[in-house]
Amino acid sequence: MLNIFKIAVRNLMRYKRRTLLTASLVAIGVVFVLVFISVSGSFKNMMIGQITDSFLGHIQIHKKGYVASIDSLPLTMNLGQKAFEKVEKAINEIPDIEAYSKRIKFGGMFSNFVETTNVRLNGVYPEDEVKTVPLFLSRVKEGGKDIKPGEILVPELLAKGMKVKVGDTVVVIATNKDGSVNGKQFQVGGILESVTGPGGRDGYIHIEDAMEILRMDTMEISEIAIRLRDFDELHSAFDRLRDKLSNELNKQGGPAFEVHTWEKLSPFYNIARMIDIMTFFVKLMLIAIVLISIMNVMVMAVYERIREIGTIAAIGTLPGKIVAMFLIEGFSLGFFGVVIGNILGVAVISVLSVAKLTFNFGRQKGLLLSPSINLQDILVISIIVITISVIASLQPAYKASRMNPIDALRHV
Amino acid sequence: MSLVTADNLSKAYAKGELKVEALKNLNFEIEPASFVSFVGPSGSGKTTLLNLIGCLDKPTSGVLTVDDTDVSGLNTRMAAAFRGRKIGFIFQDFNLIPVLTVYENVGYPLLMVRNTPSPERKRRILTLLEAVGMAEKKNKYPDQISGGQKQRVAVARALVTNPKLVLADEPTANLDHKTAYMVIDIMKKMKNELGTTFIFSTHDQKIVGEAEIIYPLEDGELTKGRG
Repeated sequence: MLNIFKIAVRNLMRYKRRTLLTASLVAIGVVFVLVFISVSGSFKNMMIGQITDSFLGHIQIHKKGYVASIDSLPLTMNLGQKAFEKVEKAINEIPDIEAYSKRIKFGGMFSNFVETTNVRLNGVYPEDEVKTVPLFLSRVKEGGKDIKPGEILVPELLAKGMKVKVGDTVVVIATNKDGSVNGKQFQVGGILESVTGPGGRDGYIHIEDAMEILRMDTMEISEIAIRLRDFDELHSAFDRLRDKLSNELNKQGGPAFEVHTWEKLSPFYNIARMIDIMTFFVKLMLIAIVLISIMNVMVMAVYERIREIGTIAAIGTLPGKIVAMFLIEGFSLGFFGVVIGNILGVAVISVLSVAKLTFNFGRQKGLLLSPSINLQDILVISIIVITISVIASLQPAYKASRMNPIDALRHV
Repeated sequence: MSLVTADNLSKAYAKGELKVEALKNLNFEIEPASFVSFVGPSGSGKTTLLNLIGCLDKPTSGVLTVDDTDVSGLNTRMAAAFRGRKIGFIFQDFNLIPVLTVYENVGYPLLMVRNTPSPERKRRILTLLEAVGMAEKKNKYPDQISGGQKQRVAVARALVTNPKLVLADEPTANLDHKTAYMVIDIMKKMKNELGTTFIFSTHDQKIVGEAEIIYPLEDGELTKGRG
């Protein structure tokens, strides 16, 4: 086999310029795909990170049916103390979970004593919220980076519209699940920058203040946001959590809880999927480039070496070995292209990474482009290119092996 | 026991609607360790006959036996395997593989056809290269040696597997007279040393005289044999 490789490499070197051009074409394709995967991956991770780390968390748990009616923020579908204890037990049994945050979500009226508007509010324990969505505090563009009892973090657009600033006194009025109305004065503790997506325009207060407004004697939780230690474990952690909670039934005998990953909760998941689909089509383009260029070279190689094929067939080389010779030639061409492409691709990605390029994404300014490529992607691309190189050589190799030695030897 | 036996051997081609009879009812026997030449003008059927003996083509009718095997019934793969085991080839245009050195060209059949182990392969190649006087050029590529030297390498390649039969189609056609005689001398020498049967075709009357047995061919028919 080593000798067939040696002959294949020498045959490729026979037409150095053509081999170099074809290998370069394959290499450029590999570089393009690797850079595209790394840059689009960077965009995607950044986007997912912005959403999950700013407010959504990686996984959320609600009472069954809550998400379907989330627009009305139904207080009647909160989790009671016993239900929450069951959820907490399940969470504590999964070591992949790094942190979780209890939230009381409700709608209310927000007044600056001159004007009134509606607002969505989240009552949270600030320490738990920051552990679960670590970019939360980075959204506070004015004021203190905390949620003290008696303070409210007001979403930026609401603050602008209502002309309130840090230190102002405002009133929040809400109706509890029994229908009784209650109000409470707050001091504006900070202005919260908006993030794109659901929940991006929500205000935040301390969970004890939420309980006070809603006149809760015991805590009733609307949602539990969860952060994982490793985002790659999302689906396995989700499966375990869902399995653990699926045994818990409500009074009607149906499931008591519903568990969702961020993918089911954010429309941005579709954009992430579109990036994956674009990557897939870029890979298809690479396959087409490799297929056409390698096949072209191998067809030429067979045509130029007809007499040589006739000679080796005449002296007794079996058709299978002739096929192997040409397949290995195609394999070697693809392999060279992949090696060069991987080296250049990793170099380009490293340069882009070191260059620390920034860009603007909607209202987000100065986002850092941090492209990276993992070994698995490099291996997948390499295997695709090499496999396609061999497939592209199949037809010419088969043709060579089926040549009539007499006709081949007569060829001029 | 004859090495090659032809019994009413015929070969016809269809050329459009025309049927061309390239060989007509040939009958001959070739003994082992003989030095045989088929002689005739261009188009007389020499190459067609060598192609049949070399299992590169199949007869239209008749029986052709090579080393006790009826070669007319071999399929493509079996014919290739048979050639690899029993027959060596020398071509008019030398047909060396340009990307391989002289040493590698001679070793090609051992490596790719016979799978001979490395030490044995090396010994056989060097022995043959010494015998044809090309040992000093073993690291040269075909484009670095002369036509005569190429044909000597081709002779070594044909003999390296120790075949019973070597077929040479116009082996001296592209060589000057002096070199042509030298190549024929080497073939004779190898035949005497190794006991290999050489069958070659030529239209060169001076070279013909070097053969032990001559079969003249004309219009696909043997006119008479001379020992």
